[in-house]
Amino acid sequence: MIPVNAPADLEASLLESMVRIRKIEEAIAAHYPEQKMRCPVHLSIGQEAASAGVCAALRPDDLAMSGHRSHAHYLGKGGDLNAMIAEIYGKETGCCRGRGGSMHLVDLAAGFVGAVPIVGSTIPIATGLAFADRLLKRDRVTVAFLGEAATEEGVFHESVNFASLHKLPIVFVCENNLYSVYSPMSVRQPAHREVWQLAAGHGVTAHCGDGNDPVAVYELARAAVAQARSGQGPVFLELKTYRWLEHCGAGFDNHIGYRTEAEYRSWRERDPIATFERRLQAAGTFDAARFARFTARVDVEIARAFAGADRDPFPAAATLMDHVYAAA
Amino acid sequence: MNTATRELTYAEAIREGFAVALERDPRVLLMGLGVPDPKGFFGTTLDLQKQFGADRVMDMPCAEAGMSGVMLGAALNGLRPVINHQRLDFALLAMDPMCTQAAKWSYMFGGAMKMPVVFRMIIGRGWGQGPQHSQCLHSWFAHIPGLKVVMPATPHDAKGLLIAAIEDDNPVVFIEHRWLHHIKGPVPAGHYTTPIGPARIARAGGDVTIVAFSYMVLEALEAAEKLAREGIEAEVIDVRSLRPLETPLLLESLRKTGRLVVADTGHSTAGMAAEILALASESAFDSLKAAPRRVCFPECPTPTGPSLAAAYYPRSGHLVAAVRASLGLPADPADLAVPAGIELDKPNPAFTGPF
Repeated sequence: MIPVNAPADLEASLLESMVRIRKIEEAIAAHYPEQKMRCPVHLSIGQEAASAGVCAALRPDDLAMSGHRSHAHYLGKGGDLNAMIAEIYGKETGCCRGRGGSMHLVDLAAGFVGAVPIVGSTIPIATGLAFADRLLKRDRVTVAFLGEAATEEGVFHESVNFASLHKLPIVFVCENNLYSVYSPMSVRQPAHREVWQLAAGHGVTAHCGDGNDPVAVYELARAAVAQARSGQGPVFLELKTYRWLEHCGAGFDNHIGYRTEAEYRSWRERDPIATFERRLQAAGTFDAARFARFTARVDVEIARAFAGADRDPFPAAATLMDHVYAAA
Repeated sequence: MNTATRELTYAEAIREGFAVALERDPRVLLMGLGVPDPKGFFGTTLDLQKQFGADRVMDMPCAEAGMSGVMLGAALNGLRPVINHQRLDFALLAMDPMCTQAAKWSYMFGGAMKMPVVFRMIIGRGWGQGPQHSQCLHSWFAHIPGLKVVMPATPHDAKGLLIAAIEDDNPVVFIEHRWLHHIKGPVPAGHYTTPIGPARIARAGGDVTIVAFSYMVLEALEAAEKLAREGIEAEVIDVRSLRPLETPLLLESLRKTGRLVVADTGHSTAGMAAEILALASESAFDSLKAAPRRVCFPECPTPTGPSLAAAYYPRSGHLVAAVRASLGLPADPADLAVPAGIELDKPNPAFTGPF
């Protein structure tokens, strides 16, 4: 686990956080054809800067929730890697004891309170976390990670309205990757209205930024978290970004025709990791030796996580009925 | 005042249950459209906001799905919320937070989280409640593992089950029937709980078992009185908890009587009565002396106009007729006659609308 909250080496930490997420997602993609991860996976490759930048602005005790594409958010918040990979393998050692899979990650110790694949459903729940924190006079902030399609759900508006009404300590982080599965923005939202304006319409501070620039994300998130924590109400951030792989699964799907190769290539050129690394090199702040040590460490960490997950036991059939109800 | 014989209405009992729960546990929170309104949500929340403050007894935006989700987050994060719906029909806007979220969170996160939340909803009837203010969809919720579903019939159980529901670490659907709110009965003062699960013998008898819940318990008791005048002793079982549905009391009664009539406040197809009939067939088949029967709503939406109410809502007479059939006795057309002076779209003469 890489702590990412030290301003002194912020840039290096942001790069490392993104690289770690990328490497983990690439490892999932590489192992996926083995048919051992028998659940849908929604990979975050291309969208790592949002998680890295936002989570760098959070305290460890702050909370986060997410949707179907949650690996990056879970990892950025400090979720346990071994428990995540074991969960995707359906193992007893997984973060949900093999009941959830990729779409239901949780690590309460890291403040990652859960992810679900019903689009928008965690937005009100995250709002409720912030509501309880305010009532119980805790100074935590909750981040609700969502995609732009979730802003089309009714509960998004109901939640933002309520958060605005009660000035709740929550930051809504919307990664706009332009597609809901294969449906482009043009068939879902009017071209003359930006996503962030929806939140602004509810009286919430709203900003739009480059979701592929981790420093820009961090700066937006830092201000947003500070505002939310100080009782001045919620903030909505729209971060423009792009998913490289298919919506669900480990492959590329540009050939099926829902987006153009040219569009895809233009976003690949804006790779949040390569772009940022070049920027650090140009500024002379890229520490190649440190980076090499880091990637070597992460490679080992990932190899161990997959080997462990593969080796770990499946839940026993006798445990099928466990946890239907909470123990009295 | 002797608390053992103290009587409250069902609505007063609910209000007292809330007051006890709010008093005992600072984590308890009430939210719902109109919860602090001047009429106090049919009297069930009257003045609770004055007593416990606007942070704990709250009105809300008109957003059933979103606010139910917010209450789930609050439940995960240290509160014990009750979300109140003046009609069950409005709660249907929140099926995702109730059935796909709350019911699943303990299981799908491997026991990492608890969801102590109560979804309270009221079934309307009469005075033109019509197709969208009187749906009885308790069987929908009873179908979902992870939810608990209770439908108390008496003031005593209304208070006891409400407190039990609030103190439970699981999501509980608490369903009241609007026609029960004015019913009076003994209610102990202070804190007590009625356990979620066990049924109750509302009336003992050895000839036939009538299983009912919520408002239909009253009709079943009235049917039992009519039958007793003819020398037929019906045992009335008040199920109270639809999920978990604890079966021992019910099966014991069936083994004794061998005859079963189920009184549901909902439609028959795929309904709760069907579940109880299936239970009888699977677990007491050898004891059955006649085909079990059910008395349910007709397979059409609730009509609004008063003239159709008589044809729509089953009454004690329908239960009496079903019992006769179960006993192989000839039908008596008088069973289904509407007594002179009775308006079937009103629970009692004191009720003058509008809702």
